[in-house]
Amino acid sequence: MSSKKQRKKLGEERLQRIIDLCRSVEERGLDPFIVDVDDVIEVVQEYFPEWELPEEFCLDAKAIHQLASVIKLQSDWVKQRSTSLYTDPFLLEEKIRRAGKEELANIFLKAWRPIVELEQISPHSLAEAIKYWQALLPLSERWLKTDFLKTEAGTATREELIQQRILAETVFSEELEMFWEELKQRVGGEGKVPYWDFVGAETYPETLRRAYMVSFLVTYGYATLEVHRLEEEMFLKPFEKPKSLLGKQQLVSIPVSVSFQEWRKWMEGKQD
Amino acid sequence: MKRKSYYARKIKRATHLLFYKRHRKPGVKGWELKKRLGSDYPKVLNILDNYLEKLDLKIKTVFEGEKPAEKPALEELNKARFYVTLRGGLTPKETKLCGWRIDDIAGLAMSISYLISKKGRAPREEVEDLLRNKLPGWRVDMNMNRYIRSGYLAEDENKQLYLDWRTRAEVDQNVLVDLLLGAES
Repeated sequence: MSSKKQRKKLGEERLQRIIDLCRSVEERGLDPFIVDVDDVIEVVQEYFPEWELPEEFCLDAKAIHQLASVIKLQSDWVKQRSTSLYTDPFLLEEKIRRAGKEELANIFLKAWRPIVELEQISPHSLAEAIKYWQALLPLSERWLKTDFLKTEAGTATREELIQQRILAETVFSEELEMFWEELKQRVGGEGKVPYWDFVGAETYPETLRRAYMVSFLVTYGYATLEVHRLEEEMFLKPFEKPKSLLGKQQLVSIPVSVSFQEWRKWMEGKQD
Repeated sequence: MKRKSYYARKIKRATHLLFYKRHRKPGVKGWELKKRLGSDYPKVLNILDNYLEKLDLKIKTVFEGEKPAEKPALEELNKARFYVTLRGGLTPKETKLCGWRIDDIAGLAMSISYLISKKGRAPREEVEDLLRNKLPGWRVDMNMNRYIRSGYLAEDENKQLYLDWRTRAEVDQNVLVDLLLGAES
């Protein structure tokens, strides 16, 4: 058993070395032919039957992927050699090193065909710019300074702060839990309630507030949304205990429109 | 007569599109020309190119991948980028008009040729070391950034340099290599 473990460990190390070698060839522009592809494939094949865990297969796939990149570099190298552009790099490098500044510049000028590009203002764009300038407010008006009123420092009670909406009456989490309880009581035997029947309220601002709270109930795993696309119906289903779905499954966002028109339509339907 | 005026109108429009820089990069993509000039834009460009020859200018086509061996298909042309470039070369005196000093051009020539010799890419440090042989150190970094900014060279996150779009559009790499190898030094 322990020898199997040791073999696995050795295999992982060898794969990691292959990955590092291929990566350095790719990143540092080293000669891609220093990687012996046959050797690498042999190593990968040798250890493949040992792999059992997803991480081990990932490492194996990574090694193959890096090897593929090196093979591409090798193929590019061969392609480049076969083009008319190929010249012995050492010879070319030597020529570059030896050539004087002026000689190099003169040679370059014979092969250089600069792009002709113009930038010019037109009467039309000038007229547009003047129109924009005329409509532009002065900076003093755009960056209006805030005037401060000097007032005497005083005290305020908690009730006053709640009245001024600086403090909430209850802590948000408490409010959310209360809302969750309300949802649990409202669902029937099916364990779910139509979205609008729960969110809809007598006033539009209150409906918005309830929709806002519902979005947190669903996001924090207190409830879930059941969407029947064909029937265009949505239901809210509370959970008995909050479920954290973060990281456990793919989360999806469902945009729900709670417009004034929709609220009115719902109110009319309710009155009928 | 009607046909003549049709092409005259299209040539004017093509001139505006090709000469004036409208995006961050100069030049126009084939599909853009097709949209503005119609599907016979290669013919319009051909007529314009003949006209530009008298002015020592030419329309240069830079294909997305390698240059097709045979006559390019319309689809390849649509993906290509078209520029107006000089047809003949510049004299050393004229380069001053482009705002380039002889040192800058020599440095650019060296960097491009070195990258060609290294199969199109090399570490920035290596190219800079080579430049430092003949240019003062403070100028090397400045020039290198200028070549990158202008689109002659590109640099990746591993500090590797590549030949960029402007080199492909402006420099005849075959001619440059031949000239360098034929140089007496």
